[in-house]
Amino acid sequence: MSELMDLYQEVILDHNKKPRNRGTMDDADHEAKGDNPLCGDQLTLFVKMDGDRVTEIRFEGRGCAISVASASLMTETITGKSQAEIGTLYESFHELLTGDPSVAAEAGEELGKLRVFEGVREFPVRVKCATLAWHTLMAALEGKDASVTTE
Amino acid sequence: MTTLESSKHPRPAADERPPFDVERIRADFPALHQTVHGKPLAYLDNAASAQKPQAALDAETECYRRFYSNVHRGVHYLSEKATDAYEEARRKVQRFVNAAREEEMVFLRGTTEGINLVASTYGRQHVGAGDEVLITTMEHHSNIVPWQLLCEERGARLVVAPINDRGEVDVEEYERLLSERTRITAFTHVSNALGTINPVAEMIRLAHAKGVPVLVDGAQAVPHLDVDVQELGCDFYAFSSHKLFGPTGVGALYGRLDLLATMPPYQGGGEMIRSVTFEKTEFSPPPNRFEAGTPNIAGAIGMGAAIDYLQALDMSAVAAHEHDLLDYATAALEAIPEVRIIGTAETKASVISFVIGDIHAHDVGTILDREGVAVRAGHHCAQPVMDRFGLPATTRASFALYNTREEVDRLIAGVERVRELFG
Ligand SMILES: Cc1ncc(COP(=O)(O)O)c(C=O)c1O
Repeated sequence: MSELMDLYQEVILDHNKKPRNRGTMDDADHEAKGDNPLCGDQLTLFVKMDGDRVTEIRFEGRGCAISVASASLMTETITGKSQAEIGTLYESFHELLTGDPSVAAEAGEELGKLRVFEGVREFPVRVKCATLAWHTLMAALEGKDASVTTE
Repeated sequence: MTTLESSKHPRPAADERPPFDVERIRADFPALHQTVHGKPLAYLDNAASAQKPQAALDAETECYRRFYSNVHRGVHYLSEKATDAYEEARRKVQRFVNAAREEEMVFLRGTTEGINLVASTYGRQHVGAGDEVLITTMEHHSNIVPWQLLCEERGARLVVAPINDRGEVDVEEYERLLSERTRITAFTHVSNALGTINPVAEMIRLAHAKGVPVLVDGAQAVPHLDVDVQELGCDFYAFSSHKLFGPTGVGALYGRLDLLATMPPYQGGGEMIRSVTFEKTEFSPPPNRFEAGTPNIAGAIGMGAAIDYLQALDMSAVAAHEHDLLDYATAALEAIPEVRIIGTAETKASVISFVIGDIHAHDVGTILDREGVAVRAGHHCAQPVMDRFGLPATTRASFALYNTREEVDRLIAGVERVRELFG
C-alpha cells in the first residue's frame, strides 16, 4: 500500500486535478505531439522561446494522473530554463525513474519538485506515462511540428 | 439484464439448479492460487485471456512426452499417434460448435488469423472495386483492420453499422446498410469491450436474405455461450483457444465446406498441397489447404482437452454462475457514486466496462493491481467503441466460471480505494 502512496503523492494528485499551464498557444515557436498508444494518452506541447530560453510553455491533452501531473510539473520547472539546462533535467529525470536506485538517490539535486515521481520506478509499466511529456518536449525543441510515440 | 439462454441447455429454474461448486472448479486451475503484491490473486481479465485447467496443461505435456512427432507425414508409429491426436482434436472442436463435418474446421493461430484468412481468400475472390464490406462499430481491431486492408487493396468501401447508447447494434440500420454491393459482412457474437451479446441469428438471417455471406467473430462467445454454427447458419465462425481455457497460439475457423472448397489457399507451403512441380501445384482439399506448414500440434491437442473440460461441466450451471457474478457486480458498481457502466445492453455476457468520474483507467488499473485484482485498463483493441462513447479508455472486469462473489467484493473495495485516493 505504501508503494501506492509513493506513486500517488499529494503533489501529483494536485497537479492532476489542477494542471498548471494547460491550454493552447497561437504564436508558439515550437509545437509537438506525443502519444502513448498503449493507453491512448495524447499530449500537445506549445513552446515559446527567447533565444535559447523557454519563456512560456503550455500543454493540452488527456491522460492518466501520472502523465498529466508530469506534464504540468514539467512546464513549471522548465519555464525560464535554457536548452542545455533542460537537457540535463531530462537526463536526471530519466535516471530517477529507470536508473540505478543508489545513483538516482544522490544525483539530480536540480530535479527539485520533480523528485515526487521517484515512486514511479516501482511501477515499470507506468514509466512511459511519466516520461511522455519529456519525450515530447525534447522533440519540440529539436524540430518543429514533431510527433513522438512511446511505442 | 439476461444472458442468452443456451439453445441446447435451457437454464433451469433457480430451485432446480444443480449446486455449482466453484471451489472445486478453482482447484483445477493452478494459476489462480497465487498471491500478487501480497494479496490473493483475483483474476478478472478473462476477456483478454483465460487461465488454464490442469487437464489442458497435462494434455499438451503428454503430447510432447509420449507421442510427439510431426503430423500427416511419417509412416512411423509416433507420427501416426500424433496425427490421430491432432485429428481427434479437430473432431472435438467440430462437435464443440456443432459443425456438420470435420473438414469444416481449420486449425489456425486464433481468431485474428481466421478473419485474415477469410478476408484474403474469400475476400480477394469476391470483393472488387465499388463493392462493400459491412461490419459494426463494436468490432475488435482484428475484425476491422483485415477488412480495411482488403477494401484499400480492392477499391472497396468499409461500411459500419452504428450502435446505440447502450452498446447494441442498431439492427434496422444494419439491415438498411446491407446493400446490392455488400459482398460479405462480419460482426462479433459478443463484444469484448461492452459485453453485448448480439442478435447474431437475426443478423445472419437478414444478411442471407440479401445473399450476403457472414463471418462471426466468436472469440468472446465460445467461453460462455453454447454455439451451434448449423443452427446459426453462419458461413464462417472464428475463435481462439486461449480465451477458451486452452493454450495460446492456436484457434479454429469454421467455414461452410462448399465455400472452403472454392477458396484459394491462404499461405503456400507443406501440408496444403496434393502435388507440386515447378510448373503447377495442386492444392489439398479443406481443411489442409488452409493449414500450410507444421501446425501447432500440441496446442490443438491442448485446445481439445480444454473443450473436453468445459463439456464435462454443466454449462447451464456455468452460465448461471457467470450471470450471477455479472448481476452482482453490476448492482454493486451502480451503487457507487461517479461510477458509470459503459455497455448496458439488454443481453450481456459477463464483461463490465466502467469509468469512475474522470479518473483515468490506467490509474484505476494500477491501484486495483496492488489489491491483487487483475483487470484490463485501456481501449480493449476497440478504439472505435471508445470514440463512440467519447472516452479514451475504460476499466474492464470480465468474469469466468472460476470467479467468485468474494472476488467481486474485492473489485468493489478496490474501486472505493481509488475514489478515496483521488478524493
Ligand atoms: C471480440 C474479439 N475478437 C477478436 C479477438 C482476437 O483474438 P486473438 O488475439 O486470439 O486472435 C479478440 C481478443 O482479443 C476479441 O475479444
